[in-house]
Amino acid sequence: MPRIVFIEADGARRELEAPLGISLMEAAKQNAVVGIIALCGGACACATCQVYIDPRWIARLRAPEDMELGMLESAWEPRANSRLSCQVPITADLDGIEVTVPQQQE
Amino acid sequence: MTGAIVIIGGGQAAAQAVDTLRKEGYGGRLVLVADEPELPYQRPPLSKKFLSGEMAAERLPFRHLAFYEEHRTELRLGTRALHIDAAARVVGLADGTTLHYDRLLLCLGASSRRLDCPGAELGGVHYLRGVADALALRADIRPGGRAVIIGGGYIGLEVAATCRQLGCEVTVLEMTDRVMNRVVAPSVSDFFARSHRFHGVDILCNARVVRLEGRERVERVHCADGSSHPADLLVVGVGARAASELASEAGLACDNGILVDEYCRTSDPAIFAAGDCTNHPSPRYGRRVRLESVDNAFEQAKAAALNLLDRGVVHDRVPWFWSDQFDNKLLIVGLSQGHDQSVVRGDPESRSFTVCHLKEGELLAVEAINHAKDYMAARKMIAERVHVRADALADPGLPLQQASVRG
Repeated sequence: MPRIVFIEADGARRELEAPLGISLMEAAKQNAVVGIIALCGGACACATCQVYIDPRWIARLRAPEDMELGMLESAWEPRANSRLSCQVPITADLDGIEVTVPQQQE
Repeated sequence: MTGAIVIIGGGQAAAQAVDTLRKEGYGGRLVLVADEPELPYQRPPLSKKFLSGEMAAERLPFRHLAFYEEHRTELRLGTRALHIDAAARVVGLADGTTLHYDRLLLCLGASSRRLDCPGAELGGVHYLRGVADALALRADIRPGGRAVIIGGGYIGLEVAATCRQLGCEVTVLEMTDRVMNRVVAPSVSDFFARSHRFHGVDILCNARVVRLEGRERVERVHCADGSSHPADLLVVGVGARAASELASEAGLACDNGILVDEYCRTSDPAIFAAGDCTNHPSPRYGRRVRLESVDNAFEQAKAAALNLLDRGVVHDRVPWFWSDQFDNKLLIVGLSQGHDQSVVRGDPESRSFTVCHLKEGELLAVEAINHAKDYMAARKMIAERVHVRADALADPGLPLQQASVRG
């Protein structure tokens, strides 16, 4: 299982192993990573699961669709490396990815 | 506070209350009672990706079992709460045991309205509220099978889309003159009806069902106008009502839901309530509302949990809703009731447009179809009670927020 590193808003590092096929959001929720709310459960309808992807990894992700980009534009302090974690499926080549949780979601 | 807090419910509100109570330092006994056997789980996928089989059952719970263990929460799953003795502060459970509480939080949710015409008890007639319902429905769905859906609301249309994607012949019977009649503007109803028809779903409006025919299972659905429709399975999606029986039988004030104040307090000072089961004041809209909303359940449960700890938090949110049907996403923010003007932004033919509802120039609610930017902008604007210029709203080339009138 790929190893995922979440860096919570207070700097705490949470290293976890996540099964293939679920999303970064689901891995965060199941492991109670602080700061990932994900109210809509992965429907790309709430923008409360924003994360900042380590720039070294961003190019390996499938590009966001228009719906996600539209959500991110008004999310809390979006950056060039922002993604909605519900839209990022965990794949084998994400082993070791670092993901930072923003200070807040809205 | 110390003592014991009992939460009754197994959905979004109940799960969130556990999280908030422990995060806020509550150190006393915490018990969660739910009549379903599953860990508290999300319901929106039941009509969509869970029903289609795309999402496995283990992805439904909000949290793993370990979360409840770490948060020292006693789980009494698969155990219905039968009665509340408010004077003695005791909950009686179906397994014969009782639980004492110092404070009680009711997150009872909503239950499906039932069909009451002749034949309603036949086999093959489905409702959709819990995992068990979704599994029973899925077991009846076969490629080529004829699915009749009664009710063209969110659940009816989402199930129609899923059944169609699974290869069924699908007919939707809607009693009023348009689908999603109570929640969206006519142009949005029209857009979704056309989308369903494009994908091969037969949508019939002004269709009032009077009788179901069949030997053991439903075989045919009869409408008031004399038409009839063959059916291998039937799904009833004719709305929901607050599951407030437990509360009303305990003597709590109820009226279209458990009556709570803006602090989530019921008429009993030791009992609080949150989520779909409540009828609560909306400071933003200046009236009482009962909402079937994930967002409301989450936020109201957070406020209720804080108030169980005497924090004095007012629940005041602009609710939002979404629906996925085929490849279209409907995003709604706010409540449109009472609007005196509606403005359409963009062309429905482009598959991405927005309807804005105003009252005396103030933005009340927005329905955004495949349009995340308008939806996200509207969430802020409606909460801030901004006034808007209708002519600017009508120009889809201008960002929504630029329609704000700066005072």
